[in-house]
Amino acid sequence: MLPAYPYLILSAVLFTTGTLGVLIRRNPIIMFMSIELMLNAANLAFITFARYQQSMDGHVFVFIVMTVAAAEVAVGLGIIVAIFRLRGNINVDELDEMKG
Amino acid sequence: MIAELVIFIILGIVAVSSAFAVILSKNPVYAVLFLVINFFALAMLYLVLSAQFVAFIQILVYAGAIMVLFLFVVMLLNLTGAIESLQDKLPAQRWLAPALGMVLLVEIAVVFLSGFFAQVPEASELPEGFGTSAPVGMLLFSRYVLPFEVTSAVLLIAMVGSIVLAKRRP
Repeated sequence: MLPAYPYLILSAVLFTTGTLGVLIRRNPIIMFMSIELMLNAANLAFITFARYQQSMDGHVFVFIVMTVAAAEVAVGLGIIVAIFRLRGNINVDELDEMKG
Repeated sequence: MIAELVIFIILGIVAVSSAFAVILSKNPVYAVLFLVINFFALAMLYLVLSAQFVAFIQILVYAGAIMVLFLFVVMLLNLTGAIESLQDKLPAQRWLAPALGMVLLVEIAVVFLSGFFAQVPEASELPEGFGTSAPVGMLLFSRYVLPFEVTSAVLLIAMVGSIVLAKRRP
């Protein structure tokens, strides 16, 4: 059986990829998908630790993270659709009315 | 050992390359489909880590429901022609982001490979039925029953919120 480190490094690489996606892209839908990548990287770390600690608590946390991700996607995509209806485009650089 | 290593390497390459394809593809529809590939690779990794229930929930909920929602919105808004604006308001971000991303990666790797997490035991014998639906369900309804109920409240609030957001103002 493999040690835990390869899985944890893969999780770190996926998390970093998601962070880069949020920072580089300007399309809010792709930024959302990058957030999903980050949540999944965290889930992989949860499952890895659950396997190597032989306790299933991590599985329950993955379950809850998935539920929160579903709620977040529903609300976030609703906001994107509402902004698109109002403005006709969804470039995040032009949505700066709320800057402090 | 060798079989697990080969499976891990194949699934890791698929997961990392599809993740990069998500953040680099110009067309959001392709990005959604690459993300589905990434979720399937992660579900296979969960199976390798003997988390069967979570692996199938991943395919059903993530690759099924959530990605269909994404694809529906991408096709509804028809953003494939919308190019990202050429005059960037934060031009330095494109250069800084990869460098800072490397710093983040090194930092997470150092945290994972040293100190507290080095104590992860490497035993391979699992209790009976590890990761199947019955023990996860027992845990969900005994020790974690309060988070489970709070999750249902979160889903209700999200449902009400998205209906309010999607409603046309009179």
